[in-house]
Amino acid sequence: MTYIAKPKLHHPELPKNKLGFTHRDYEGTVSTLCAGCGHDSISAAIIQAFFELEIPPHRVAKLSGIGCSSKTPTYFLGNSHGFNSVHGRMPSVLTGANLANRDLIYLGVSGDGDSASIGLGQFAHSMRRGVNMVYIVENNGVYGLTKGQFSATADKGSKAKRGGVNNEEAIDLVMLALQLGASYVARGFSGDKEQLVPLIRAAIAHQGAAFIDVLSPCVAFNNHPGSTKSYDFVREHNEAVNRLDFMPARTEITTEYAPGTLREVVQHDGSVLRLRKLHAEYDPSDKIVAMDYLQQRAAAGEIVTGLLYLQPDADDLHRRLNTVDVPLSQLAESELVPGARALDKFNASLR
Amino acid sequence: MKSAIPPIQRVNDFVVKFANVNGSGSASANLLFAKSVLRMGVPVAPRNIFPSNIQGLPTWFEVRVNEAGWRGRRGGVDLMVAMNPQTWDQDLKEIEPGGYLFYDSTKALPASKFRDDITVIGMPLTEICNREYSDPRQRQLFKNIIYVGALSALLEIEPEAIAELIGELYKGKEALLKPNVQAMSMGRTYALNNLDCPLGIRVTRANAVGERIFIEGNSAAALGCVYGGATVAAWYPITPSSSLAEAFARHCKRFRTDPATGKARYAIVQAEDELASIGIVIGAGWNGARAFTCTSGPGISLMQEFIGLAYFAEIPAVLFDIQRGSPSTGMPTRTQQADIVSCAYASHGDTKHVLIFPEDPKEAFEFAALSFDLADRLQTPIFVMMDLDIGMQDWLCEPLVWDDARRLDRGKVMGYDDLEQGREFGRYLDVDGDGVTYRTYPGTHPKRGAFFTRGTTKDSYARYTEDGPTYVDNMQRLLRKFETAKTYVPKPVRRNAAQPTRFGAIYFGSTGPAMEETLVGLAGQGIHLDTLRIRAFPFHDEIADFIADHEQVFVIEQNRDAQMRMLLSNELAIDAAKLLPVLHYDGTPITARFIQREIGEKLAMFNVTPLRKVAP
Repeated sequence: MTYIAKPKLHHPELPKNKLGFTHRDYEGTVSTLCAGCGHDSISAAIIQAFFELEIPPHRVAKLSGIGCSSKTPTYFLGNSHGFNSVHGRMPSVLTGANLANRDLIYLGVSGDGDSASIGLGQFAHSMRRGVNMVYIVENNGVYGLTKGQFSATADKGSKAKRGGVNNEEAIDLVMLALQLGASYVARGFSGDKEQLVPLIRAAIAHQGAAFIDVLSPCVAFNNHPGSTKSYDFVREHNEAVNRLDFMPARTEITTEYAPGTLREVVQHDGSVLRLRKLHAEYDPSDKIVAMDYLQQRAAAGEIVTGLLYLQPDADDLHRRLNTVDVPLSQLAESELVPGARALDKFNASLR
Repeated sequence: MKSAIPPIQRVNDFVVKFANVNGSGSASANLLFAKSVLRMGVPVAPRNIFPSNIQGLPTWFEVRVNEAGWRGRRGGVDLMVAMNPQTWDQDLKEIEPGGYLFYDSTKALPASKFRDDITVIGMPLTEICNREYSDPRQRQLFKNIIYVGALSALLEIEPEAIAELIGELYKGKEALLKPNVQAMSMGRTYALNNLDCPLGIRVTRANAVGERIFIEGNSAAALGCVYGGATVAAWYPITPSSSLAEAFARHCKRFRTDPATGKARYAIVQAEDELASIGIVIGAGWNGARAFTCTSGPGISLMQEFIGLAYFAEIPAVLFDIQRGSPSTGMPTRTQQADIVSCAYASHGDTKHVLIFPEDPKEAFEFAALSFDLADRLQTPIFVMMDLDIGMQDWLCEPLVWDDARRLDRGKVMGYDDLEQGREFGRYLDVDGDGVTYRTYPGTHPKRGAFFTRGTTKDSYARYTEDGPTYVDNMQRLLRKFETAKTYVPKPVRRNAAQPTRFGAIYFGSTGPAMEETLVGLAGQGIHLDTLRIRAFPFHDEIADFIADHEQVFVIEQNRDAQMRMLLSNELAIDAAKLLPVLHYDGTPITARFIQREIGEKLAMFNVTPLRKVAP
């Protein structure tokens, strides 16, 4: 970590996106996490994804719970409103925010303790409710801020830094998200930004509950031999099922691919996901096949990454509630308050 | 059976209690009875006394008929309609000497099962139903309507009033309308031909209802949420608050459906628990919508951590606490005012919250609408403290009113133009000195006005800090804000007695109606009391003045530990000995009889001689 304040000056020729924003406009304050923390790489991927998608930073609301991962929203999108809520309860706060204003992009950042331990219930219900959001879990299998206790995603048999062995079953958030109806499910690795950035970009464009489990090693407490969430272990066991190229709506597609190795999916907003298959049999549009495959590979000790499931025409909470197109927070008083005459009629019905 | 003592003779002033089995369809028949009295221009105060059960356990429905319009529960029963063998003995005991018992005489009961100081009226209801109907469900449901018909003859209720109500109830459902009217007539005809009609207690047409309406507090509060501009509601089912959320859905469907598109100008989420409910409310409030949750004591307990966040991060939120018998699951279908302290100081650390106390459905409507202005103005959670008695009972109250000139008060919010013009923005910067700071909604301006909301300590510009003096400054500002709240919350209602007195009485919430009646009763005994009805916390200065003006002040409340008294002594630094608790907490609504007796006994200890003797 560093104590030096980030300078406001930057090179005058930094590349700008179409909105005139530089990369720096999507950054936040300097990270206070440990040097080498996987979470900082995820923050960098988030910054890159929003910069590339040319989304005005103030149209994003970033929300988190409590923990190392939940601190990170301070380190990106400094011009976005942020909300560091209570432990394990980010999903409900995000749901409420989303109900109030359907026009913003909602980015929920959480950790494995925050989402799989204390917040498992809220994680589950936000997925089944179909909240239109990007929900990223920065998964390191350990509690960092309280110095190294196992979290609920720690694999059975994995070792803590001080030698203790985890005897409890791990919770696999990807499997839960699939079962609970998330319409975009992916897994990435903080050490593979090339894979992660497109996954985040496509998730932002997705109109529904998008979940990304990002393995993000904790250099201070969970990066030793015997850990299944260390850089070395994840690198050795990472099995990417596909590589994603994400193209926002109306982008001309130029690259050529060998037949049979490419699959294109068009989302609601017109954005195109091009999946380069790395495993011929993997089909991310079939949830049952996907779940079956993931369980088989997990049993073989592999960590499957990539875009794991996508329902391009997903539903979301607002559509289910049939809410008006205008954000509820912006409705005019005349659209909200029925007035005195309506009340007189109401009174008359109660005599 | 004739009564050994003279039967009670009273017109438009008596209590009828129905003892039924839960789930037998009796509640709607009994409500029909109550409404038919209303249609004759005579006020009623009904109370549904129900168990935490769907079918099988005993349930009661009490109707206080009184032309004077007292809305509190009276206590005592003049006519018991005993339809539940399980509770027969208990029900019989409750009848006042000289009272009446109406029962199903299909099966003969031994004389030992009756009392000789009451008039007993038997009617073979089961026999009549078995003869008329073959379907078991019909036998059950129509039995209720048949006894309503019989009561109309016994109490001289106009059958037209009942028929009219049945007509309104089953409008467009002819198949249900006709048999109901027939059942009612059948009961009435039987009573006229076979029973001594009318009884000594009777209803005669009066003109004492006027424009008043008949409404449940939860429905009125939910409508207040519509008028207050609430667009997001999140809740978890819990008696006695669920009907508030359900009423909000009903009112919204009616008043908040976009006529052009049929789409909803509201969002209601039945959350997975109370934690999620309040989380959704806080998220919506943070993002510029008006949002509320409704719950009861156990829900408030679950929401504690989030309430502290909303207090400290200063996010508008409205919570309806429909209080019930506590602690723990307690008496979930009974009433109490026992969450005062747990709401006033909810959450860990130093916190204080704004509470408002409506006394009836009319005020529940007004305070509900007001609560959203308060939440936005003060940027903090607002607790609307109701109880089961207000929330789930039908009350006769003045019509709801709305001033079309009224505007929603969105409080201190900086918009795009403010930011664009370079107005200084510090989320927790107290520019006006009232402790209330400016906020911005997410998504307002591309480069200015964004801030990070957090539960950790922060400086005036919402930057994280653990600096002691900065923390203290912020905590002191929150106290200033709480002081500011006094100027926005409803003022107490003071009423001075006809004659100067050393004694005062403080009360709040659903105790109001019983208290009004108490004062008249006490005045009849020559005892005079000044009264003050508290309508909000923080306490307005008038409350301290009122206490200072009297030697002794009774504090009447519906809990064991005298929680309001605790709050008064704590917040106003008052010697607790000056405040005399009058406490009623058995789960039934407090009655004027109870308060009058308690105050009478306590005053006797102070050797207060009534100005004139009590009439024998």
